[in-house]
Amino acid sequence: MEPIQSSGRDCAIPVNGQVAAAKNVRWAKFGSIGLIGLAIWFVVYKQLEPFSIFFTYSLLGLEKGSQLGGAVQFFVYDTPKVMMLLTLIVFVVGMIRSFFTQARTRKYLAGKRETSGNVMAATLGVVTPFCSCSAVPLFIGFVQAGVPLGVTFSFLIAAPMINEIALVLLYGLLGWKVAAIYLVSGLVIAIVAGWIIGRLKLENWIEDWVQELRIAEVTVFEEKPTWHDRLEHGKQAVRDIVGKVWPYVVAGIAVGAAIHGFVPEDFMASIMGKEAWWSVPAAVVVGIPMYSNAAGIVPVVEALLGKGAALGTVLAFMMAVIALSLPEMIILRKVLKPPLIAVFIVVVGSGIIFTGYLFNFII
Amino acid sequence: MEIKVCGPGCPNCEKAQKTVEAAIAAKGVQVTVTKVTDFQDMAKLGIFSTPAVVIDGKVKCAGRAPKQSEVEAWIS
Repeated sequence: MEPIQSSGRDCAIPVNGQVAAAKNVRWAKFGSIGLIGLAIWFVVYKQLEPFSIFFTYSLLGLEKGSQLGGAVQFFVYDTPKVMMLLTLIVFVVGMIRSFFTQARTRKYLAGKRETSGNVMAATLGVVTPFCSCSAVPLFIGFVQAGVPLGVTFSFLIAAPMINEIALVLLYGLLGWKVAAIYLVSGLVIAIVAGWIIGRLKLENWIEDWVQELRIAEVTVFEEKPTWHDRLEHGKQAVRDIVGKVWPYVVAGIAVGAAIHGFVPEDFMASIMGKEAWWSVPAAVVVGIPMYSNAAGIVPVVEALLGKGAALGTVLAFMMAVIALSLPEMIILRKVLKPPLIAVFIVVVGSGIIFTGYLFNFII
Repeated sequence: MEIKVCGPGCPNCEKAQKTVEAAIAAKGVQVTVTKVTDFQDMAKLGIFSTPAVVIDGKVKCAGRAPKQSEVEAWIS
C-alpha cells in the first residue's frame, strides 16, 4: 500500500520558456479560479452535516437515535467531508512540497551537528516528500552527504510518522488540540529517538557497501520548478493520491460507522480506556506490523475515541500503524543490518508507548 | 542512445518504465532501455530518489515519473 503516498511529488514538471505577460494573465486566471473554487468548496462543506441528517432521517426514514441511523449518518456525513478535506490538503501540500526536494533537504542536513541536526531533520521530515520505497536511496544519499546517522534517523522516523493527511483529518474530525498533540509528540519522538540512535554509535551496523560508497564522489541532480510547475504538481498529487486512496478512506469510514452505530457507548472504555494499563503497549504491538495509510486509519480513530477509548492509547495505536510498518523494515534491510533495524523498532516503539501513557495521564 | 530507468519496482517506477517505452514507440527511435533495480547501481549513477530516468549517463529526472511528452523531448 505504501507507494500510494509517494506518487511523483519529488520534483516538478519543467515547462519551457513563457513570456512574462502571458504569465501574468495566467496568474490572474489561476488566482480567480482558485478563489472561486475555494468559496464553492467551503459552501458545499458547510452543507454536508445538514444534508446527512436530512438524507438519513427524512429521506431514508430511519429512526433518530437508532443504531442503523447513527451508522448511516456517520457514513454519509464523513465520507464526503473527509474526501473534500483530503483533496484540498493534498493539493496544497503537493505545491508546498515542490519547495522541499530531497536533494535540498540533504544539502541542509549535511554537516549538521547532532541535537540541532535532529530537530531540523525531524522538521524537514514533515514537509519533504517521502515514501518508503524511496527510503533506501534517500538513506544512502544522506549517508553519502555526511549526515550523521542519528540525524538521518530523525528524518526517517518523522517522515512517515507525521503525515500531513493524518494531521488534517485529525484537525477536521477531532479538532485542533488533538492535531497539535499528534504533531508535537511525533516531532519529539523523532528528535529523541534519532538522538538516542546517534548516541549509541551504531554506524558499523550499516551495510558495508553503503559505507564504502561514502568515498565515491557523486553529483546530485536537481530540477528548478516554476510556479506553474508547482501548480501542476499539486494537481498531479490530487490525481495520484486521492485517486488511489479513496477506497481506503471509504473502507475506513465504513468501519468507523459500524463502530459508531453498533458498538455500545462505553464498550471501548474497558479495553482501550485509561484504566487498562496494558492497553497502550498492546495497541503499539498490534499496530507495528499493520500498515494502513493515514487516510484510512483516522476515521477509525475518531470512532474509537467516541466510544470511550483513551486518547493516548488511540494515538499510540495510530502512530504505530503509520510510523512503523513491515514493508518499510524489509526495504530498509537492504542498507541496515538486522540489529540496527531492531534498535530502530524498539526505540521508536518505546517512544510511542511513552507518548501514549503521557497523554492518558495528562488528559 | 541508452536509457536507464531506476526504481525498486513500486507502482511509480512501473509508470516511469511504461512512459519511457511509450515515448520510444511514439518516436520510433532506436534505443536500449535498461531497468536498474539495485540500490547500489542507482547510487553509482547519483540517484537518491526514485523513480529516475538516466539518458546516456545524464540524470533527466529523479523522484517522479516523467510525462511522455518530456521523454519524447529528451530522446529526439
